[in-house]
Amino acid sequence: MKDVLRAAWLIAQKDLRVEARSRELIYTTIFFAMACVLIFAFAFVRDGRPIEHAPAGILWVAIVFSGTLALARAFERERQSETLRALLLAPSERAAVYLGKLFAVLILLAAVEALLVPIVGLLFQAPLLRAPWLLAGLLASGTIGFAAVGTLFAAMLVRAQSRDVLLPVVLYPLTVPVIIGGLQGTAFIFAAEPNFDMARLWLSMLVFFDAVFVTLALWTFAPVMTE
Amino acid sequence: MRFATRLVPPLLVVAAVMFAAAPFVIDTAPYESSMGLIQRIFYFHVPVGIVMLVSGLVCGVASAVYLFRRSPVADYLAVAAAELSVVFGLIVLATGPLWARKAWGVWWDWDARLTSTVVMWMVFAAYLLLRRFGGPGSEVLSAAVGLFGMVLSPFVYWSVNFWRTLHPKTSVLPTLPSPMLGPMLFCLAAFFVLYVALLFLRARLASAQAALEQAYLSVED
Repeated sequence: MKDVLRAAWLIAQKDLRVEARSRELIYTTIFFAMACVLIFAFAFVRDGRPIEHAPAGILWVAIVFSGTLALARAFERERQSETLRALLLAPSERAAVYLGKLFAVLILLAAVEALLVPIVGLLFQAPLLRAPWLLAGLLASGTIGFAAVGTLFAAMLVRAQSRDVLLPVVLYPLTVPVIIGGLQGTAFIFAAEPNFDMARLWLSMLVFFDAVFVTLALWTFAPVMTE
Repeated sequence: MRFATRLVPPLLVVAAVMFAAAPFVIDTAPYESSMGLIQRIFYFHVPVGIVMLVSGLVCGVASAVYLFRRSPVADYLAVAAAELSVVFGLIVLATGPLWARKAWGVWWDWDARLTSTVVMWMVFAAYLLLRRFGGPGSEVLSAAVGLFGMVLSPFVYWSVNFWRTLHPKTSVLPTLPSPMLGPMLFCLAAFFVLYVALLFLRARLASAQAALEQAYLSVED
């Protein structure tokens, strides 16, 4: 167990180091998220103010869209430099490769959200500081659930044709539970009459979904990634 | 596989006879007082919905067996079941709005059951898309989608249900008296026989396709 986590952390470090040198993913993902937010502004702003419940939706759709982009690119890099086989040949459990990729994607998405959330808060008057820890919990657990399934399918699709289109086609229906959970929980915090109990309930459900998703992904990663 | 193929013609005959008799059987059921004739779409809509769920389950189990055991028969069954889920799902999603327009006054409502049905339908459509356009090795990838789809379906239903029940609204769920239950079970049996026949037939087709591909490969070698 300890060895697996250590190997996973090494893989995550490698990915983060590559990213820190090129900064390709972080810049493109953040600007893509901003572009999404811009389009939502045209759709969901009436008379200079966002319509009710729009900020939570805008935030989560931007996270999901930009997350898909980041997931696809994270594995595309391995394909372009033909290092996927080397990674799979590494003398450690397959689970370590999955966990390492997941850690790296999560850290990247956390950086994107650290910028995206305040921007949505500022532009759409979302009360971010009403329950900051609860919001952070919802964001973290929602992102973990989404990235857990996303990392598995992005890894699988690396060698498939038309992977760019197939990733969202497969990913969105399967991650419906976490998307609903994150969105609803956030909407309860941002609502004109906030309901923190409901937000907490969604948070606990998200944590439960995360446990199921990560377990299932770890279980399927090894048989799927054999050649 | 061969035994299953031999079962197909008799099953198809039984299904044809049952479907020919179905209108008469349905006619024995009393008219529902408020909806009248339109309620009778239920005798097809509900059984098809149940068969769709069963088919999803078959696809999930077969995908799991293929993923961990690599048995080709499981793969043929999985692709057949996924395709039939999509076809039966289309029937459910077409007959539902026909009834809803009359009963609720709208074609579609984001009700829990409707939403989770459409999500599950999309999962199996994604399975087929991945298989069709994923290129070589896509049967393993789609098996993972099938397995995930089966395991996640309770969570999808649960989360969607929870999402909707937070905004309660009246739903039209008639409790079924026995003169209506008989025809319903009859139609369920008819659709089930048809489903099994189509499943075996499609699995056989998949097996023949695989054999043909193998033959091409050995000729090229």
